[in-house]
Amino acid sequence: MSAGEPSAREPTPARRAFAAILAKDLRVELRTLESIPAMALFSVATFILFRYGLDRTSLDGSLAAGVLLATLLFAAVLAINRLFVAELEQGGFDAIRLAPVDGSALFAAKAAALVVYLLALELVAVPAFAFFFLDSWAGLGPLCLVLVLVDLGLAATGTLISSMAINSRARDLLVPLILLPLLVPLMIAAAGAAQPLLAAGGPGYEDFGQWLGVLTLYDAIFALVAYAVYDFVLED
Amino acid sequence: MYPKGLRTLALATVATLVAGFALVFYFAPLDADQGFIQKIFYLHVPMAIVALVGWVVAAFWAIRHLRSGDSAHDARSYIAIHVSVIFGVAVLITGAIWARAAWGHWWSWDEPTLVSFLIVFLLYCTYYPLRYAIEDRERQARYASVFAITAGAFVPLNFIAVRLAESLVHPRTFATAEGGMPTKMWITFLVCFAGIGLLWVTLARFELSAKSTSANLARLRRALDGDAPERPSAGRPTATVPVRATQS
Repeated sequence: MSAGEPSAREPTPARRAFAAILAKDLRVELRTLESIPAMALFSVATFILFRYGLDRTSLDGSLAAGVLLATLLFAAVLAINRLFVAELEQGGFDAIRLAPVDGSALFAAKAAALVVYLLALELVAVPAFAFFFLDSWAGLGPLCLVLVLVDLGLAATGTLISSMAINSRARDLLVPLILLPLLVPLMIAAAGAAQPLLAAGGPGYEDFGQWLGVLTLYDAIFALVAYAVYDFVLED
Repeated sequence: MYPKGLRTLALATVATLVAGFALVFYFAPLDADQGFIQKIFYLHVPMAIVALVGWVVAAFWAIRHLRSGDSAHDARSYIAIHVSVIFGVAVLITGAIWARAAWGHWWSWDEPTLVSFLIVFLLYCTYYPLRYAIEDRERQARYASVFAITAGAFVPLNFIAVRLAESLVHPRTFATAEGGMPTKMWITFLVCFAGIGLLWVTLARFELSAKSTSANLARLRRALDGDAPERPSAGRPTATVPVRATQS
C-alpha cells in the first residue's frame, strides 16, 4: 500500500502495523469527532452535577481528588465503549486477522489511541475543573504525572475489556460492569497521590512516591497481562 | 454414576467438618476480648482463604485452557470461580455478622481485608454476565479464560492497594490478636481450614460431574433426535448434518 511495499511473504513489522493502525484511528477521530468532544462535554456536565450534588463551590483535598478522578474514569468509559465499534461494524477485526500482523500490534495501537483520547479529554477537563472548583492551582503540575499514569493503566485494562465486550451481546453493559471493579486499585492509588496535591493549604507530597509506585505497578501488570492474552481475544 | 472417589471425598469432608466444629465448641478456648462470637473466625477466615485460593486456581486452569485449547480446563476454571463466588457470599455474610458483634457495625470500611474481599468478589460476579453474553461456545471459553487470568492478576494487586490505603490511617487491630493466637486455637483453625478446603473440592467435583453428565445427556439427546427419521417440528428435512455440525 505504501511506498516501501514489503514482499507478500514477509510479515509486516509490528512497529509499522502499530503506526498504521494508530494513525488510522487518530485520523478517523479527527474527521468524525466521535469520542473526544462527547467525553469533554460529559465531564463538564458531571462537574456541574457535582457542584449541586455536593452543594460546594470550591473543593480541596480528598473531595477534589475524588470528583476529578471519578469524572475522568466515567468519561473514559464512554471512549472505551466506542473503541472497537468501527472495527466490528466495518470489518476491521477480519482485516487484522487476514493481515500478516501480530495481534499485539492492534492492542498496542488501540491502547495508544485511547491514551491520546484521554490526554485530550484531560486538556479540557482538568482546566475546567480547576477553573470551577480550585482556589490554588499549584498542585496541577505534579497532578499531570499522576494522570498520565492513570491513563496508561486505563488504556491497558480498557482496551482488553473493550475488545472482549464488543464481541458479546451485552456490549455497552459489560465495559462499565467489568472495568469499574478492575479500576479500584487505580482509583485508590491515584486518589492517594492527588489528595495532598489538591489540599487547601497548597500542595503536599505525603506518600507521593509510594502511590506513584502502585500506579506504575498497576500499569505494568495489566499491560503485561493484556499483551500476553490479547492474541486469544482476537483469534477466531 | 459418580466418578471414582467422590463418595469417599464427600465422607471425608463431612468427618473433617464435624471434627472441626466439635473442636470449635468443646476444645478451643474462649477469646479473651470477644468471647463466644470470636468462634465465627473458624468459619469465616478459612472460607475467605479457600475462596481466594479457588480464584487463583481458576486462573491456573484458564492458562492451561488457553495453552492447550482443551475445553475441559475451561470447565474446571468456570467451576473454580463458581464455587468460590458461592463461598464469597458466605464470607461476606459471616464477615458482616462478625463485624456487627465485634465493632458494632455491620460493615467496617477500616478493615482492609474485608474491603479488598468485597472488591474482588464484585469483580468475579461480573464473570457471569461476560460469559453468558457470548454465544459462540469456543469464544465464550476463550474470553472467560482471559477474564480469569486478568482477575487472577488483579487479586494480589488489589490487596496491596487497599492495605496501603488503610494502614496509613488505621493501626491493624487484628494483627496483634492473631499473632498471639494460642496453640489450641491454631489446631482448631487448621482442622476447620482442612474441612472447608475439602468442602470446596467436593462441591467443585460434584459440579464438574453434574456438568459433564448433562453435557453427555444433551449429546445423546441430540444424537437421538438426529437419528429420528422425520420430526414435524423440525423445519429442515435432513436435520442430521447441521445438528451434528453445531455440536462439535
